[in-house]
Amino acid sequence: MSDASYSLAELVIVACAEAWRHDGEVMATGIGPLPRLGTALARKSFNPWLQTTDGEVYYASEPVPPGKRVASVEIEGVANYDRVFSALWGGRRHAMVGPVQLDRFGQANISVIGDHAKPKAAMLGARGFPGNSISHPNSFFLASHNSRAFVPGEVDFVCMAGYNPARYLNGRAPAGLDLRLIVTNLCVMDFGGPEHAIRVVSLHPGVAFEEVQDNTGFPLAQVEGEIPATAAPTAEQLALIARLDPNNVRATVFKDNPPGDRRLAA
Amino acid sequence: MTELDKRMTVDAIVDQLSDGMTIGIGGWATRRKPMGLVRAMLRSDLKDLTIVSYGGPDVGMLCAAGKVRKLVFAFVSLDHYPLEPHFRAARQAGAIEIWELDEGMFHWGLRAAAMRLPFLPTRIGIGTDVITQSGFRMVKSPYDDGEELVAMPAINLDVALIHAHRSDEKGNLLTLSPDPFFDELFVRAAPRAYASVERIVSTSELDMAANARFALVERARITGVAEVPLGAHPTSAAPDYHLDLGHLKAYVESATSPEAWQGYCARFVDVTEAAYGDAVGGLAAAAALPHPVY
Repeated sequence: MSDASYSLAELVIVACAEAWRHDGEVMATGIGPLPRLGTALARKSFNPWLQTTDGEVYYASEPVPPGKRVASVEIEGVANYDRVFSALWGGRRHAMVGPVQLDRFGQANISVIGDHAKPKAAMLGARGFPGNSISHPNSFFLASHNSRAFVPGEVDFVCMAGYNPARYLNGRAPAGLDLRLIVTNLCVMDFGGPEHAIRVVSLHPGVAFEEVQDNTGFPLAQVEGEIPATAAPTAEQLALIARLDPNNVRATVFKDNPPGDRRLAA
Repeated sequence: MTELDKRMTVDAIVDQLSDGMTIGIGGWATRRKPMGLVRAMLRSDLKDLTIVSYGGPDVGMLCAAGKVRKLVFAFVSLDHYPLEPHFRAARQAGAIEIWELDEGMFHWGLRAAAMRLPFLPTRIGIGTDVITQSGFRMVKSPYDDGEELVAMPAINLDVALIHAHRSDEKGNLLTLSPDPFFDELFVRAAPRAYASVERIVSTSELDMAANARFALVERARITGVAEVPLGAHPTSAAPDYHLDLGHLKAYVESATSPEAWQGYCARFVDVTEAAYGDAVGGLAAAAALPHPVY
């Protein structure tokens, strides 16, 4: 039974959690509240083997809620940066990150908008994106699905490698390149189209494929037949999410915290 | 002076630096940055520096003061304020030359320098724009796999600056925070390394038998130590004190106009470290700062 009163944020958390369903015992990193709650939901429902951190330096026995601490955290391991690099280079990690730009190859950018030498907007820098992208599986969450985020051509500075043969060495994709899911405010996509093309696998309730395509800077593939609706959270999942997010940080991600089924918006 | 007394003031340490040097700064973003040393650099005439840093307000302040010719970095961030405003301004003005790395490549470059190797091989950078910047060459595995790899060049430093919690006069350091970051590699990548520390104590007070795992590096790598209480402030030096989010807000606001920056400097930079400590409420206020949530 689905609960019609779920929010878009809760729909997204459930969709994000799916990214880690079949990963087994790996480090799960979700950047931002909804992917982080996705790791928590996955851990507490179908993949209890996942390891997640307190967002700082320790692995925690239980998922740590976003926002202010409501309970003490039992530490089960250490995740200082040296260890994190060692772990991620070994491949036993699946991260979900939030790039500013993503292109049709899955190449992601968090460095600059515009020219690299004198950018229109300087952002963070490449961070760990280059190493992550060729070391372990990666997924994405983008809160605003539009053609400024899903850009035509290539992203302005490629921080994460993607399925772009022009950048391969000796015609081979980097060995560890494994891009999985893209969750947005409109839909869920993967890289299952022809030659790893980005493909719409489910549409959030009330969203049409045309709207997704109109807000994407490159042509999208789609699953065969009718594109299914993104699975609505069950009552059990909603209760679990409420417990995992006691500060209700999830309500602050999308403007006015809209319902998951947009047809129910006031 | 005994033979093994490495105590110095922050200004004496900065006197050892010179224009055009490549200077590595330890810590990570808003954590355990040697800010007392950075403030002393701002008060100096130093210029044309190449700064190598997992960047936080250290990079922002040096950019705002026009000290930076080139920046080697993987990010510059204030964590809770993800975008560092002074760094952004310098970057968007095209005022600094940059060499942008992945965090792990950065680690690898320091490690190569620490091992006195010309490079270390890695796959990191393949498929990205990082390796389209100048300064990278590829290397082919000499083994049967024949894989083509990035030859991450050594990041050789002239000087490393770090902040630790305790030291004795000889430069035996304790870094007590749960994450030492890559301070050890910064030190090893440089022929000279200087540390500011919260407190200089006797060797016996270091209680090395109990604290050995917090010992950062052998003292032979440490050229000088300066006792600077709150020497990492406003970044954290947990467990002694956490990040000062209130001060960080004031710092961010200092980027809104040249006057705001001048005002910030008058209060917090162009003063002695003792006066700085008083201006931010002293050790007691710092010790009471709450643990920020990441």
